[in-house]
Amino acid sequence: MIPVLLIVIPLLSGCISFFLKDGNSARAWALLSSIVTCIVSIAGLVYFTSNDQWNTNAEWIPSLGSRFAVGGDGLGKLLSLLTAVSFPIIFIATYKSSYIRANHFFGLMLLSQAGLMGVFLSVDALLFYFFWELALIPAYFLCSIWGGERRIPVTFKFFIYTFIASLLMLVGIIYLYSKTPDQSFALSSFYNVNLSNQEELWLFWLFFAAFAVKMPIFPFHTWQPDTYEQSPTATTMVLSGIMVKMGLFGVIRWLVPILPTASWAWGDGVSTLCIIGMIYASLIAIQQDDLKRLIAYSSIAHIGLMCLAIFATNTVSMQGVMIQMFNHGINIIGLWIVVELIERQFKTRKISELGGLAQKAPGLAILLVIISLANVALPLTNAFIGEFLMFSGIFSSTATKYNIVFTASAGITIILSAIYTLNMIQRVLYGNTNALTAEAKDIRMNEKMILVIIVVGIIVIGVYPKPVLEITQGTVESILSRMISKQP
Amino acid sequence: MNAIVISAIWGVIMMFSGILSKRSAVIRYIALTGLALLVVCNVLELGGNRFFEFNVHNMLVFDSFGLLFNTIAFACTLLFVLLSGRDMEKVGVHVAEYYALIFFILVGVSVSSSFNTLLMLFLGIEIISIPLYILTGSDKRNLKSNEASLKYFLMGAFSTGLMLMGIALIYGAQGNFMIGYGAKTLSPLMSAGLLLLLFSMAFKVSAAPFHFWTPDVYDGAPTVFTSFMSTIVKAAAFIAFIRLFSGSFGNVQPQWQMIVAIITAATLLVGNITAVFQQSVKRMLAYSSIAQAGFMMFALVALNNKASEGLIFYTAAYCLATIGVFAILIRMKDYTFEGFNGLAKTHPVLAATNAVFLLSLAGIPATAGFMAKFYMLSAAINNGHVLWLVILGVVCAAISVYYYFRVIQAMYFKEGESQEIVTTPAFRGLLIGIAVIVIVLGIFPQWLIDNLYYFIPDL
Repeated sequence: MIPVLLIVIPLLSGCISFFLKDGNSARAWALLSSIVTCIVSIAGLVYFTSNDQWNTNAEWIPSLGSRFAVGGDGLGKLLSLLTAVSFPIIFIATYKSSYIRANHFFGLMLLSQAGLMGVFLSVDALLFYFFWELALIPAYFLCSIWGGERRIPVTFKFFIYTFIASLLMLVGIIYLYSKTPDQSFALSSFYNVNLSNQEELWLFWLFFAAFAVKMPIFPFHTWQPDTYEQSPTATTMVLSGIMVKMGLFGVIRWLVPILPTASWAWGDGVSTLCIIGMIYASLIAIQQDDLKRLIAYSSIAHIGLMCLAIFATNTVSMQGVMIQMFNHGINIIGLWIVVELIERQFKTRKISELGGLAQKAPGLAILLVIISLANVALPLTNAFIGEFLMFSGIFSSTATKYNIVFTASAGITIILSAIYTLNMIQRVLYGNTNALTAEAKDIRMNEKMILVIIVVGIIVIGVYPKPVLEITQGTVESILSRMISKQP
Repeated sequence: MNAIVISAIWGVIMMFSGILSKRSAVIRYIALTGLALLVVCNVLELGGNRFFEFNVHNMLVFDSFGLLFNTIAFACTLLFVLLSGRDMEKVGVHVAEYYALIFFILVGVSVSSSFNTLLMLFLGIEIISIPLYILTGSDKRNLKSNEASLKYFLMGAFSTGLMLMGIALIYGAQGNFMIGYGAKTLSPLMSAGLLLLLFSMAFKVSAAPFHFWTPDVYDGAPTVFTSFMSTIVKAAAFIAFIRLFSGSFGNVQPQWQMIVAIITAATLLVGNITAVFQQSVKRMLAYSSIAQAGFMMFALVALNNKASEGLIFYTAAYCLATIGVFAILIRMKDYTFEGFNGLAKTHPVLAATNAVFLLSLAGIPATAGFMAKFYMLSAAINNGHVLWLVILGVVCAAISVYYYFRVIQAMYFKEGESQEIVTTPAFRGLLIGIAVIVIVLGIFPQWLIDNLYYFIPDL
């Protein structure tokens, strides 16, 4: 029941939002809907934890063997929680932004939330594909209608990239489907497919293409900085906070357990791509003058590390990925909120045009520093837990001969990330005020509240990560046991 | 049988209706009544109620596959007349004749969905083609329309010649005209006949490299008739194509599969890549219809149960969406992409429904077009020999997004001058209805298949 509610509430309220006449009521309606979703998600984690409540399996297209099967294991629960928590935060933080045709804007936002929920919760491949695309279409319209100057070509590139890749995945899905013993799309049937090694090896890339574009992994990342820069900030938060997790989620749920032999075989190749992407993105981030682009590149580097850790294939690294997916979502939304505040006040995102904000806006400065330190993975912040687990997992990995090389080169990016993040803080917050920032005002109460919530989340998970880790423990073990049984 | 008789009679009635009444509205209502009657009678025949029994010497076989297709074709024609009937009346003064010709085409459609001998195939295809030559040239004062008609006629006559030659050779090889005879081996005579039939049918469905007539004819013909030609007629040709090839040559499929696969690949590439460079939406739709034909060719390449079911579904999905897009295009003053600029602001209903139709044509999930493509891809993967074609197919589907989305971009993301487009509430309501059907079919594809099979007693 819970997964159905999580999908249906945003879906229906999104459709209703299109018919609301007034922009303000659409805004309030979207916020209300997202809060209800959030309550349902938390209630599902705390009170209604039984399997019956988390699994629904209804008839959908019987002649094709596809069912409306949704259910939450630890991974699904964690990511649906992230989605449910993020949307109210996004709506509150951007409450003051005004949009033309606001009812359409919020309708599309809610539809993309429904799509994301569906991706994280469906356990039927066709249904998964449905939601996978359904999350993309609203995002495309959101960026193209409400985005910046270059929005049309940029988001079109984004759309074409992801669409081609997901079609390749569709071929992979249909191929696996045709090989299932009972002609079914169910995840459990996909786990039981018997494939020759040859088949696994090429199927791997059909699936990985779709996930790599979404994450994005070098060299499929070129759509990402432009799209983040051009999208309206609320959409950028969805894209970077949650939508990139679809890629990681896909690898963990649909790629590695279904094609374990190929995952062992291609693991080193994928890891190398991750490493190249991480270092490359970090070096570019150092050069950026635009806050949005800086964060976009830093996100590529962080996602690369998570993908690398998946292919290290042990409990520690996998748990690190899980918790880091959640943390990264929270932290990056925090960063975007700050960017949004700065942009709204000064009409610019150029680091070189800002400076001395700490004197005029101490509240903003404190919160930005904490969130940025979480971005660098300082101890006591949530990202430290995730990155520590991932690094320790990668270092002790038996999946590859190059574990030390991988650890060392990934470690470089931590230093690089400290360089660009601290440099950004220094140039935005400290130094002398200029004509633009001399009149700066501190942030308002509601913005402070949201940032404080995020900061509290960062520190609480940083000090006491156990509850989050417990959610995903079972999933990690079952996936790894499938992997290990096929270890060459 | 019901459909053939009724549509033939109604065609004659329509011809004389022009004498009885000068008012085009009356004529239109007579035509709509006839179409509704056709749909009902055809559905009744699916349930086993035949009103007419003739001894056709097994030359026509009315099986559920053909009847299912007829139902969809007639229902789409009904929608087409409801949406675009008024525009048809603007083409020229001979309104009654246009409707009469459409009914004669429907006779041809029902014959080509139920033939059991090569002679009937030939008759069916010709009954479809000849009225079409006339409809193409119906805008008599327009040079482009005349040129298109002549071109279509010459090329069509040539391909008919090929078809007759092929039929003659097959007659020589197997000694009769029956299909379903099932060639066990391919004798040289048979192979030559097969090739000739393949080429002529490829011409009729505008598959590459026999597609050169399509853009010019579709572009030159009055836009209402382009809509009809590129949907119902094309689908009928496909049904004839698959009936012929699964019936006559199904047993020797491995020997011709590769050549059909190559034609399919060429059609996909030519249609999609050329469509990218078009400046006029009408011409883009002409190439897109070639591209969609490429996807329908998958049914021939795969040739299994899923492929036939999928072809029926594809027909429905493709016809609904294309009729909708054309109905909107006809009302536009400017057929270029720029002509659509800012449509979302001035005519939100038109823009939204058009977007749904285009998304369906592009094959985005939750629209009928996705399910249709899905059926085709899974049929081809089940077949097992043509995985390269499947990959090519999805790459082409991705290319198609480019030109379909150009229209969506123009409508939603660009500013344009407001333009006068006359629409009635009924027109808008019908468009919304079709858009809803497209979405429902995309989410519950079972709905169509189940409802159609419901009428067949023995299933």
